[in-house]
Amino acid sequence: MSAPLGPPRRRPPVVLVLGALAAVVVAVLPLVYLVDRAGSLGWSAAVAELVQRRTVELLWRSLVLAGTVTVLASVIGVAAAWLVVRSDVPGRRFWAVLVVLPLAMPSYAAAYAWLSWRPAMAPFPGTVLVLTLVAYPYVYLPVAAALRRLDPAQEEVARSLGQHPARVVVTLTLRQVRPAVASGALLVALYALSDFGAPALFRYEVFTFVIYGAYNAGFDPTRAAVLGLALVLVAALVVVAEAWVRGRPAYARIGSGAPRRQYPVALRGGRPVALAFLVAVFALGIGFPMWRFVYWTRAALDRTVPWGEVADALGHTLWWSLLAAAATLVLAVPVGVLVARYRSRLTTGLERSTYVAHALPGIVVAIALVYVGVTVLRPVYQEVPLLILAYVVLFLSLAIGTVRTGVEQTPVAQEEVARSLGRRPGQVLARVTLPQAAPALAGGAALVFVTAMKELPATLLLRPTGLDTLATRLWTFTSESNYAAGAPYVVALVCFAAIPTAFLSRFVVDAGARLGEHRD
Amino acid sequence: MAARAGGSGTGRREGAGRAGRAGLVGLLDRVAVVALVVGLVVGLVPGTAGPAGAAPGDSITVYSGRNEALIKPLFDQFTRDTGIEVQVRYGDSGALASQMLTEGGASPADVFVSQDAGALGALTNARLLAKLPPRSRSAVAPEYRADDGTWVGTSGRVRVLVYNPKLLPDPPTTIDEVVDPRYKGKVGYAPTNASWQSFVTGLRVLRGERKAEKWLRAFAANEPKAYASNAAIRDAVDAGQIWMGLVNHYYLWQKIVQNGESSVVARNQFMAPGDPGGLVNVAGVGVLKSSRNKKAAQVFVDYMLSEKGQAYFADSTYEYPLAAGVQPSVRLPSLAKLRAPALDLSDLDSLAATQELLAETGLLTR
Repeated sequence: MSAPLGPPRRRPPVVLVLGALAAVVVAVLPLVYLVDRAGSLGWSAAVAELVQRRTVELLWRSLVLAGTVTVLASVIGVAAAWLVVRSDVPGRRFWAVLVVLPLAMPSYAAAYAWLSWRPAMAPFPGTVLVLTLVAYPYVYLPVAAALRRLDPAQEEVARSLGQHPARVVVTLTLRQVRPAVASGALLVALYALSDFGAPALFRYEVFTFVIYGAYNAGFDPTRAAVLGLALVLVAALVVVAEAWVRGRPAYARIGSGAPRRQYPVALRGGRPVALAFLVAVFALGIGFPMWRFVYWTRAALDRTVPWGEVADALGHTLWWSLLAAAATLVLAVPVGVLVARYRSRLTTGLERSTYVAHALPGIVVAIALVYVGVTVLRPVYQEVPLLILAYVVLFLSLAIGTVRTGVEQTPVAQEEVARSLGRRPGQVLARVTLPQAAPALAGGAALVFVTAMKELPATLLLRPTGLDTLATRLWTFTSESNYAAGAPYVVALVCFAAIPTAFLSRFVVDAGARLGEHRD
Repeated sequence: MAARAGGSGTGRREGAGRAGRAGLVGLLDRVAVVALVVGLVVGLVPGTAGPAGAAPGDSITVYSGRNEALIKPLFDQFTRDTGIEVQVRYGDSGALASQMLTEGGASPADVFVSQDAGALGALTNARLLAKLPPRSRSAVAPEYRADDGTWVGTSGRVRVLVYNPKLLPDPPTTIDEVVDPRYKGKVGYAPTNASWQSFVTGLRVLRGERKAEKWLRAFAANEPKAYASNAAIRDAVDAGQIWMGLVNHYYLWQKIVQNGESSVVARNQFMAPGDPGGLVNVAGVGVLKSSRNKKAAQVFVDYMLSEKGQAYFADSTYEYPLAAGVQPSVRLPSLAKLRAPALDLSDLDSLAATQELLAETGLLTR
């Protein structure tokens, strides 16, 4: 039972192995700290802390929340991706940017917007609404990229044999992008488990409540560490479940010839419905919150907005997010390539381990890095490099999933040809594998960029003293319920996040298309 | 910077086929190298220019749990008056306390300015705060500072009942009257507000766990209305949507100063002497034991307790000044006359247990 597309077993280049090891070390940094801290309590006391009734109840509520959000976000993400990439819905290029944009909306900002409109909104539906709408792009992106790279030949065969087009989509197209759906859904689930902003504002009590409570109200990092480890265990289960759902990746083209060009599926009478769906998703995810914030910004304009401060915060936000994206990509590539091309129990295990930290709330990772900072990285404590390291820890798995899926979908044959012509593995990697997966790499980097732009808890604790990002400025004002003063920062955040987002959608949607045309 | 990198990426991508793809790899390589180099440079430059490299006495690092919008003018005024630069890291008091507990002796912080006494108490318990000199301790009445002299209160706030005299001419003076069935659905509270949670912690300390839970259950059974903030409660009371609410004293004064006394209906009811509903909590300041600039840090503490510092709190926050003989800037009964419940404010650090109790009685979340 060797991997279906994997080449005969051979040794991966050393560069890849070293890079992947570095990535894993970075990803498990918080775990080392958590285990150490929880261990200082004594294991029996740590277990006693966990098996309290309330802890178990809240863990269960978190799982229910994560499950609901994951299902809804997957449905929205897949539907939006198929419409934008494969259908003839009007304004596809336009939608390709707009549907990714909610990624830039911090969950707490969206929750503020909704609650300011309907203060009595029910907790569970409110939390689900906000988390689903900010998280579905995690599914949309890998699925859109995967759909773009599919060879339409099989679908054409199915249709020519008289299958109904809708049936073709469900039985064939969706099955082929199943790995992409699973990797996106995993990110959504981990995100929903770790988010604190939205449930806190809607007052829907979940597990992150007790973790934040342990830091902010209990002043007890040890208790928080124990609780954080519980979340890690849950995340490990989710990661295993994802691997099971994803199945084996066997969907790259094999055989001779070039992939055919994709032609959009005609929606006919379904076009208005499809359009209404995209409009609704956009209106709820970005339109409505932005309308509230623009409205408040206009109210604030009467009192003069400190544009200099907005510009400063914007500069730091863009620069640090860019560094985070670059650094994360450098570490994500070795892991992604390794697991796609040299799949073994070991490489899969390495990759899986990088996901676990993603379920940790930002403040847990932040406190872990405070510890790393004061003990081993003192010269960069509360300086930019340590903040970037925190972003890498938090967002590494975002990039790894994208890179892995991208590489899996590129045919391995060309690499083998290059090898047979005497190229060394490193050269093959640089000249064949990575260029082919370039859209996915860019997508992963942009994803990290947008997500880092809105990060709050780690930025608060680790930024250089006295410097602000848009998210920390927003926090300054919203923490004393001053929406008007905070509004310009949200508006700037979403507007500037549109830049990497547009970049992202161009690579995901256009680059694939051009590649297809070029080969046609 | 970001725009430029994006621009060159787009330019590269114009080339079709192999050239374009090789260009992309080149771009990625370059981004990685630039990121590494820049990361190091950015990291090292402020490292040498930061607080560590400044001449001693010139600069201190303050971790502030009080909001920037509220307190920055005072920090700026301090720098103007003393010449000592202040590097401020703003955050939630609790998160900053957790950060310092993790940093231990290696904390870059010289001073901790906290929104409430509980976070300071947690640092005292971890032996991270230095003992303040007698002049700082004696500046403030004993109930508003740590017993061991490791922190002092800088301003005080009193829990009151804000009420609407038109709807409720004769408001309760104890929390036990507040849970009277007459007031079913007429009382507002802010479940996530730190001062409300401090009040509940005080209730637990004063009456014991069992009685505190009993009161909370009675309160919950009376169907109180939950609000996002104290200001929202005040406005709802003023507008007559509810009869009364449990808040801090200064919210009413913010509204009165802004709109004029005649246009504000709501009034404050101070609670009966000794009633847990009249808890006085403080914002305070402490100096880190690990501070390498204790002299400047002490100048900062002195300034907070000076007439200027105290007048700032009185004028800009309508809180109670606690030192230097400064009087409140608005009409408030004197702290001595209020006879607030006797309570060691450091005991307010058991907030986690409070939150569990609130969750159990259904008062924290819905």
